[in-house]
Amino acid sequence: MDEQVKQKSKAQLDAEFSDLYRAHLRDVYSYAYYRVGNHHDAEDLTEQTFLQAYRHFERAQLQSRGRPLRPWLIRIAHNLAANLYRDRSRKPATPIDESTMLTAPHTTEQLVEGRDELSRVLDGVRLLPDDRREALIMRFALGMDNREIARALGRSDGATKVLIHRAVKQLEGLVNSADEEDSDE
Amino acid sequence: MSEALPNFEGLLREALAPVEPPEDLAERLESTLQSITEMAADELQEWELSAMRDPRNWARPAAALVVGSTAGVALVLLRARHRSSTSGGAAGVRNMAERSLRDLGGEARKLLGDR
Repeated sequence: MDEQVKQKSKAQLDAEFSDLYRAHLRDVYSYAYYRVGNHHDAEDLTEQTFLQAYRHFERAQLQSRGRPLRPWLIRIAHNLAANLYRDRSRKPATPIDESTMLTAPHTTEQLVEGRDELSRVLDGVRLLPDDRREALIMRFALGMDNREIARALGRSDGATKVLIHRAVKQLEGLVNSADEEDSDE
Repeated sequence: MSEALPNFEGLLREALAPVEPPEDLAERLESTLQSITEMAADELQEWELSAMRDPRNWARPAAALVVGSTAGVALVLLRARHRSSTSGGAAGVRNMAERSLRDLGGEARKLLGDR
């Protein structure tokens, strides 16, 4: 009887992991992609993130006390990405694949104008300090709120709010500077 | 500058649009879980019965059994969810349940059958 209860509990845990995986595959992949800058490494990072999450899922559930586990997943991806860079001793060497911006159909005019502007924003994102860049990825690519981002980064809610505000301001300055340089030429 | 901020955030949202994972990524991930299952089963096969007479050797295969069972059940669930999302409709529920039971039996045979 005890064994049956134990097995049922394990099956429930697996069902919940399956839900977590399905709900956040795109989040983890998006984070990984913007973090590492190419699809190949993003796939590896996503795979490793879910395997590590699977190993520690039960403990994470106990410790989260019902709170959403997305920040925990992103934190795993964050740590794995940091390890990847440490191992390779480099930051993303290649620019983010431009195919990302071509997922929706555009007219030729929209394509030229839109890509130019969005490229400047992405260029600016890459120039930001790591913590600011990560906070913006979480906010704008994943739609995480301040509290979730704070948990993922291991910071207070207040410090996270300030971090995001400064990141947006710095990025806006970088993009505006790039625009002014282009108009001077 | 402050008036431009909402527009800039919209631009940022557009630039950092969510990226859809490749279709084969889920298959790869399931395949990796499958590998873990099979590795755990192989781990069990490598142990001869004579070695099991020594209680000091019980921990390792027991751990392999736990890992294998866990990964196997997760794999079955992932496949079942994938099928439910592709088949759709109430009529598919019974079929999905039957397939899931067959899958569960298959995974159990893989884990336990050759021992």
